[in-house]
Order: sequence, then structure tokens, then C-alpha cells
Amino acid sequence: MEFVQQLINGISLGSIYALIALGYTMVYGIIKLINFAHGDVFMVGAFVGFYAITGLGMSFFPVLLLAMAVCSVFGVLIERIAYKPLRNATRIAALITAIGVSLFIEYGTIYVRGAQPEAYPGDVLPSTSFHIFGATISSQSLFILGTSVVLMVLLQFIVHKTKIGKAMRAVSYDAEAARLMGINVDNTISATFAIGSALAGAAGVIFGLYYIKIEPLMGIIPGLKAFVAAVLGGIGIIPGAMVGGLLLGVIESLVSAVGYSLWRDGVAFVVLILILIFRPSGLFGKNVREKV
Amino acid sequence: MANTPLLKVDNVGIQFGGLKAVSGVNAELHQGELVGLIGPNGAGKTTFFNLLTGVYVPTEGQIMLNGERLNGLAPYQITRKGISRTFQNIRLFGELSVLDNVKVAYHSLARHSILSSILRLPSHFSGEKEMEEKAIEFLKIFKLDGLRYEMAKNLPYGQQRRLEIARALAAHPKLLLLDEPAAGMNPQETRELMELIAFIRKEFHLTILLIEHDMPLVMGVCERIYVLDHGQLIAQGSPEEIRNNPKVIEAYLGEEVS
Amino acid sequence: MANINRKKGFWLSIVLALAVYVVGQVLISGEILNSFYINTLFFMAINIILAVSLHLIIGITGQFSIGHAGFLAVGAYASAIFTMKLQMPFGVALLVGGLAAAVAGLIIGIPSLRLKGDYLAIATLGFGEIVRIFLLNVDYVGGASGMQVSHLTDWTWVFACLLVTIIVIVNFTNSTHGRACISIRENEIAADAMGINTTYYKVAAFAIGSFFAGIAGGLYAHNFYIIQPTNFGFLKSFDILIFVVLGGLGSMSGAVIAAVLLTIVSAFLQDYPETRMIIYSLVLVIMMIYRPKGLMGTKEITQFFTKKRQGIEGGESDGKHTAA
Repeated sequence: MEFVQQLINGISLGSIYALIALGYTMVYGIIKLINFAHGDVFMVGAFVGFYAITGLGMSFFPVLLLAMAVCSVFGVLIERIAYKPLRNATRIAALITAIGVSLFIEYGTIYVRGAQPEAYPGDVLPSTSFHIFGATISSQSLFILGTSVVLMVLLQFIVHKTKIGKAMRAVSYDAEAARLMGINVDNTISATFAIGSALAGAAGVIFGLYYIKIEPLMGIIPGLKAFVAAVLGGIGIIPGAMVGGLLLGVIESLVSAVGYSLWRDGVAFVVLILILIFRPSGLFGKNVREKV
Repeated sequence: MANTPLLKVDNVGIQFGGLKAVSGVNAELHQGELVGLIGPNGAGKTTFFNLLTGVYVPTEGQIMLNGERLNGLAPYQITRKGISRTFQNIRLFGELSVLDNVKVAYHSLARHSILSSILRLPSHFSGEKEMEEKAIEFLKIFKLDGLRYEMAKNLPYGQQRRLEIARALAAHPKLLLLDEPAAGMNPQETRELMELIAFIRKEFHLTILLIEHDMPLVMGVCERIYVLDHGQLIAQGSPEEIRNNPKVIEAYLGEEVS
Repeated sequence: MANINRKKGFWLSIVLALAVYVVGQVLISGEILNSFYINTLFFMAINIILAVSLHLIIGITGQFSIGHAGFLAVGAYASAIFTMKLQMPFGVALLVGGLAAAVAGLIIGIPSLRLKGDYLAIATLGFGEIVRIFLLNVDYVGGASGMQVSHLTDWTWVFACLLVTIIVIVNFTNSTHGRACISIRENEIAADAMGINTTYYKVAAFAIGSFFAGIAGGLYAHNFYIIQPTNFGFLKSFDILIFVVLGGLGSMSGAVIAAVLLTIVSAFLQDYPETRMIIYSLVLVIMMIYRPKGLMGTKEITQFFTKKRQGIEGGESDGKHTAA
């Protein structure tokens, strides 16, 4: 059944969006910044993965861990250099800076290694197929889905059961109060970036394994879509990003399935506009009023 | 002075989710009165102002100005009907000059269209000239005309507060809402403010509703006082009555009310 | 006395404008400038129009719209359709391009009313993308391969459009309507409370700003022989955004200066697009950290020429006096 196939594709795609969306939502939740450069961290993760596999001959798990580690550090660097000085600036100034960082990473990458795409080898993960409900599921899809699920569960654990997670939640509610309670706000923010970027890096590797082709500007569209997913679920709300990502992936696949595949990129933006018009706080969000 | 009150608030309330920020408030203001609105922090006083000015739409009850129902009108429409206000935290147009801040309040009276301004038709020039003259006259009344080209954000605090009141008045209200105008002022400044309020009330035939925490100010200028606590009206009356009202004293938890 | 100064300023501007036009025309028809310089000049004028139109939306009215390339695209394609498919004269096509973009501006402006800051930015970005994707999929306008367009743009058209754009936006800004928009930027809640119909003015700003972006689109389309959806992505929107941000949010002369400077930089870095983008991005980041006010802050260039600080003049426009 075509429908079930597309559903499965949608969930695979959606889990990639979800992993990226988590980084957006965590950062927005804690410092109210839309990290435009997040999609480019995803790209960096994909490239790190590529070079690790082809250049160093590493296998899946080490590659995943390496990409996550590199992106983690990268994300913290960006935060410390470009975003920290703007902690007290207007939101627009921070947004413009994020755009600048994003452009810098993209064109810096092109400058350094050219704009040509690369192809992930297709044999990193075992590829057998299963047939369920008339649809074909590759073991690759399952692997990817499994990895995503594990990462999300890990994230939930960190956020709810560890000290740093508690600090993250505290700072996102009220940074000043958290500071007064003895929480190191700067480190907590950096940790948030670290975790979010690690997830984006993982998403990059997963994307490469699943879709094979990677190139320096690959982060732009998935980045924007992941942001839409975060808004869809309720920006700043972690389960919202997971649900939003999966939902968006499924919607996109279904739109493609009913024949409008040329418009699939537009889906995310239409969803965005609809959400912003009808329910700006997202599926899980609450309305926050400006104090007059 | 007719028997119809200028402002009639009937059982007004607003609910945010599960929280009733204001509920069951009944109030009347007659033309020319100077009435105070007091209550502990978080009582809902500014929320009440926001209801009167259309920032919030009441979820219950109605607000009538000169017999006309205001519920659901946009803030700018309510302003044009005759209610103007100042804010608890000063909201001036920082990058505009003192003169321009006041001119903005005259905007709703301007009759020249966007097209006329773009094409620089005669109606634009006459309209702008009129606004300029009126605004300068206005600043003179408030002794701010010497500062007319200063950027509002560069003014010292006391003058910013004065400018905000001047601007609110330039909108030609029948009812002026002042939200903690004396906040952050020393006794000398507060005295000058009291004189200013008395002056503008007489000069502009205004009705004034005043939120304040400064009790000497409130007791000194207000003819009547409403007391709000937890979003509900707990007392109303003359300053003497309020001063001795046990419910009011309790609401402030033993704070000096006199 | 002030009246005479204003009248002097007015006539001075007219003479200056005429002079620039004549010089430009002479340089071009006399073939003193080669096509590289002519193209750069035209590009500069188009960029100034774009910068000034975005300045009205972001700088004056405070609506953070970062999908401006969408309006450019609408104007470009609408005007191209009118010349190439409907055989209409260039002037009509330009006007249609502007109007079509203005309609798009209304469509964006109205839902944007309830959105603030970041959300508005993302929504406008999304809109820009929707336009691009839409054009990508419509065969009537050539889809991904784009549309061929005759070269109808010349110095007269470019200069005239530039002049009209600047005059309209300066006149709008220096009036009660401009003040209304600035009050929205400064403090929307207070603007509401002072009787400003903020909805109306936000929409008006979008409509006027997008109209001129559409005009720029028409000029752009008829200058570069071919238009493709890829020309109008968010990179183009960021290009325009940088003009306004570098110039100083709130300063029209800043936007003009930045547009001129960056067009020149861009022209010389034509063969090194990555270097150009890296420079742009560094400029953005460094500026936001160290001088968020941009080159001019909210000041205008005329303020350096007048000894007495002047507020918004109600008198005749001399073409340069602007708000705050």
C-alpha cells in the first residue's frame, strides 16, 4: 500500500526533522533566540560523518558519536563568540546575527572545500528489507528510526532526571531567579547549545545515510522546516518539537504521495503560516501575553 | 452635568484561562470628577485600565462611555471616543522628539490623507501646519516647549512623565486615565504633579481616574476612591470612608493608609 | 526665514536631481561607461529602491519583514508577463509589477498584524519561499529554467523610478502618517492608546514598501535578460536586509549609502561569490555586536548639514529632510 509506505517514509523524514527541531526549541526556550545557524550545524554533522566514514573508515556508532561531539563543540563556540555578546540586545539584533553566522558557515564551507556535493556510501548500515502491510521497510529505516528514538529518550532523561537538565528548565523559566539560586546561567546556556547541536549533528549523519547526497547548502531548507516543526509543536516545548517534527515529515510525505511532490517544500511554509495565524503558540503551547 | 454618568462600568470582568483577573466590577464616573483607584499590587488596577482602553476585551459585563457601549472596540477607536491614558512604565516614543510625541496624539484629528502627503497637496501643508501650531501651544501649557526638539528618550524621568501626560491630553479625551503618575517621584515632584493634575482637570474640563500607591496624593486630590483587591471591588467612597474601612486596611495588611 | 531655507533646499534638490540625470545620460549615451559600469549603475539604483522600500517596512514601521525578495519576484514576473506574453508597453508592465507586489504586500500584511518580532520574521521568510516555490512549479513562466525578458530598462526609467521612490517615501515619512508608523515602531501599545490605527498603518507600510519592491522587480527583470526563481530566494532577501541593517535601522540615507557601497563591493567581488557572502556575513555579525545602530543609527544625512536640530518639517519637502 502506497499510503503505508509514505507513512513510513514520513516518519523517517520526520524523525530527522524532530532531531533538528529539538535544538531549535531548546535554544529558543532558554534564550528566546531563533538560531538560524542550527541548520548549518546539521550540515557540518553530515560532512564530519562523511569524512569519518570515507576518510577514516569508521563504522556507524563511532561516526555518530564523533559527529555529535564535533557539532556539540561547534555549537558552543558559535554561542560563545556570536550570541553571548548579544544576550541583552534586541531580539532583532540577535536574529540578524544568527543569520550572519549561518551565512558565514555556509559560504565558509564552500570557500574551503567547494560547493560540490558528496555521496555517503550506501553500505554503512546493513540493508535488508522487511515487508509489512504491503510496504517495504528497509532495515536502514529501522536503524535510523531506532537511533532517533534512543536519542530522544536520552534527551528526555537528561532534561528531567539530571542536574543540568533541571538547570536548563530553571533558566528557561526565569534566568535571573536561576542565577540567584546559584545556577551558572552561562554554562547552562552553553550546555543547551551543546546538546541541541549534538542532536543536529546526529541528524546530519542520519540524513547522509538515508538520503546519500550532502552539500554545503543542505542545511537551509531542512533547517527552516525543522524550525516550522518546532513552532508547530510549540516553540520552547521539547515534546512539541518531537511531535511537530514527526507530524511535518508525515504531512510532507503524504502531500508528495497524492501527487503534489513538486510542492513538498512549500508544505512546511504553508503549515507555518497556518499555525501562526490560527494557533501561534503551537499544538502544546500556552498563550503568553505581553504585559501592558 | 446630566445624570447619565460619563463612564458606566457594569459588572465587568475578564478571565484568562482559569484566572479571573477582574470580576464583577461596578463603577461610575461623572463628568468632572477626580476619582482614585487603589489596591495592593496585583489587585487588577492596570488590568482594569486595560479593559477600559480596549487592550483587553471584557469576558463579562459592559463598559459604557456616554451611554455608548465600548466592548470589543479597538484601542484606537476607544481613544477617539474620548478615553486616553498614561502607563505604569512610561511608554513614550523614544526616538521621536518631544514635539513629535505630542503631534502623534493629534494624528486622529488630521484630515489630510496619505495620498495628499505623498503628493504634497495643499491639504497636507495646512494640516501639518495646524498640527504643529496646536502641538507647540500644548507644549507651552506644560512648559515643555523649550525642549521641543529633544528626543523623548533623552529627557530626565520627571519630564518624561510630564510629557506622557501632555501627550495623553493632546488626544483630546473626555476621560483621562493616569496609571501611577507619581511613581519614582520625590515629595517635591509629587506636589508639582498634584498641582498639574488639578490644573489640567479645570483647564480641560476633564474627568480623571487615577491609579496610585502614594496615599497622601490620592487622599489629597481624589473626591472618591475605588478599592480593588484580587480583581474585585472591595470598597468605594470618600477618602475618609476608605481610610477607616476595615476591609481596605486588611487588604493592605496593616499598611499605613493615612 | 525657515520657509525661505526650505524653498531653497527644495529647488536645490531639483537642480541636483536633474544634474545627476543628465550626467548619467551623457556618460551612457556617450559610451564613456562600458557595460560593466552601466550594469553596476542600474543595479545600484535598483538596490537603492529595494533598500528604501524595505526601510519603510522595517526601519520606519518596525515590522521585521525578511521575505522582501518575494515582492521583488512578484514584480519581476508580473511585469515580464505583461511585456513578453501580453505585449504591453514597459511603463504599463512596471506599474502592473508594482501593483501586483502591493497586493502581495496586502496579503502578507494583513495576517502579519498579530505577529511580533521573531514570528513575523519567520512568517515573511516563509512567504518569500512560498512565492519562489510557486514560481518554480508554474510552467507558464518557465518553471525552474525561468523566463526570457527583453532588455527594456534604461537610464531614464531607472532614474525616474528611483526618484519617484525616494520622493514618495520621504514625503510619507515627513508627515503625520510617517510619524504614525514611527510611533508603531517605537511603542505599538502606546500608539494604539494615542488613537493610531496601527492595523491600517502596518498594512499601508507593507503595501507601499512592496509596491516599490515590485517596481524594482520590473526594472530588474528587464535588465538581466532572464529571470529564474533561484534569483529570488532568501539569499536575495538577506542581501536587501543587509542594506537596511548596515545603514542603520531607521535611517533612509543610511539605507541608500549602504546600498551604494555594497553594490560596488558586490560588483568587484562578482567573480568571488563566496568571498562576498563571507564578507557580508562577517559585516552583519560584527556590526550587531559592536555597532548595532549601523552606519547612521536613526539619523539622516541632512542632519549633518543643518546647524539647528529640526523636527519633522510640515513645509515643503526638499527631498532630504527626514524624520528624527
